[in-house]
Amino acid sequence: MSDVPEFFIRFWPQLLQGAGITLLLTVQGLAAGLVLGLLSALARVYGNKFWRGLAVGYVELFRGTPLLVQLFLIYYGLPGIGITLSREWSAFLALGLNSGAYQAEYLRGSILAIGEGQMMAGRAIGMSKWRAIWEIILPQALRLAIPAWANEPVSLLKSTAIVFLIAVPELMAVGKTIAARTYNPIGAYMTVALVYLAIVYLLDAFLKWAEVRVKIPGFEAEGRKA
Amino acid sequence: MDSPILQVKNLTKIYGQNVIFENISLDVNRGETIVIIGPSGTGKSTLLRCINLLTPANSGQIFLNGQEITAPESNEDKVRQQVGMVFQNFLLFNHLTALDNVMVGLSKVKKMPKARAREKALYELNRVGLSDRADHYPGQLSGGQQQRVGIARALAMDPSVMLFDEPTSALDPELIGEVLGVMETLAREHMTMLVVTHEMGFAREVANRIVFMEKGSIVEQGKPDDLFYRPQHERTREFLWKISELYGKKEEKA
Repeated sequence: MSDVPEFFIRFWPQLLQGAGITLLLTVQGLAAGLVLGLLSALARVYGNKFWRGLAVGYVELFRGTPLLVQLFLIYYGLPGIGITLSREWSAFLALGLNSGAYQAEYLRGSILAIGEGQMMAGRAIGMSKWRAIWEIILPQALRLAIPAWANEPVSLLKSTAIVFLIAVPELMAVGKTIAARTYNPIGAYMTVALVYLAIVYLLDAFLKWAEVRVKIPGFEAEGRKA
Repeated sequence: MDSPILQVKNLTKIYGQNVIFENISLDVNRGETIVIIGPSGTGKSTLLRCINLLTPANSGQIFLNGQEITAPESNEDKVRQQVGMVFQNFLLFNHLTALDNVMVGLSKVKKMPKARAREKALYELNRVGLSDRADHYPGQLSGGQQQRVGIARALAMDPSVMLFDEPTSALDPELIGEVLGVMETLAREHMTMLVVTHEMGFAREVANRIVFMEKGSIVEQGKPDDLFYRPQHERTREFLWKISELYGKKEEKA
């Protein structure tokens, strides 16, 4: 344990690089997941039978199977049907698809919480259904979703650790290298754990700041009655 | 007088087994204020919702400015721009300020340039006496203020007809006056209005015509004085007597 400070001094360039890749994987996966999650949530609430079914199938499939299985299927399985993706693309795809399934559920919940009255009021001034969704429903639903949704970036950040199994050089992979080089797994993984903890802390602080930034007086998740 | 601005012809609405109303016909003339009264559950609100196509009628026709808006080829989003709606529970857009609530239809539906939309929205807010609340969010406004913003939001689209669905039913008694005041001003400016309300004072003072609906049909209609003092039907008399007794009691308490 006492080796931790020494490890930071000795391996900071590798740790920094690994943390950078981890953060990049998180942000990319989160962004892809947000798009997928939003589309699935909208499909489930407002779509016809076909789109609803598609969204339900996607969410069930990716929430119901382990991320690791999904990653291996993409990286080792897809080449079997002629689709070969790089490690980075495979990692991005697995994380994005998996996160999208979870985000779909967060967002669907908050869209349903907005209520039909807002849609009706939008339609009443001549908005089409999709314009009302864009201008009226989503700005409210996304704000409402933040407190619950804020679990997803943190959860995804930690999930990225598994992609070291397909040799993407992210933070966990750096930890493994340090452990092997120093024969000190406790010190190495403790160091890596501290870096994860620091990133989570910063991420949480950013999300809290963002939540306050977009807050609207009299319109909050708690005590939302106005 | 020219032809009616709004014509409802033999309109029928059925939910499952329930006949909400049947064969309703009503002509609304330009500049006229019509108050629809009647017991709850007689289809008054549903009638308003059918008129701005929020709920499809089962049969019958509705004409607005001579155009059949119930025709399959009519564009419902276009129709709704011409029919203003004020809801019982206000339904302001919670994430927008009072000004943006009024502006959003102008800039996003009518595609008006921002500066002009803003100017028009401020004008409408001023009309309902709320220009000093332009940057307040709905959560920061009283019920009466929210409803006045709701009226301004509908007015901003320059509708041919304004529909009011029990606009004061969700308000505390001391806030009802400010909303009715705005509506009275609109009536005096010859806005065409169709108002569902239980405010008999407003009906008597402001309406050009009162329509009494019960059990899905129009029982009687006429000038306020005729309906209040010389009702033709027993049911009209009973209803008005009951509601004015209730109303009188409320006033005594206050």
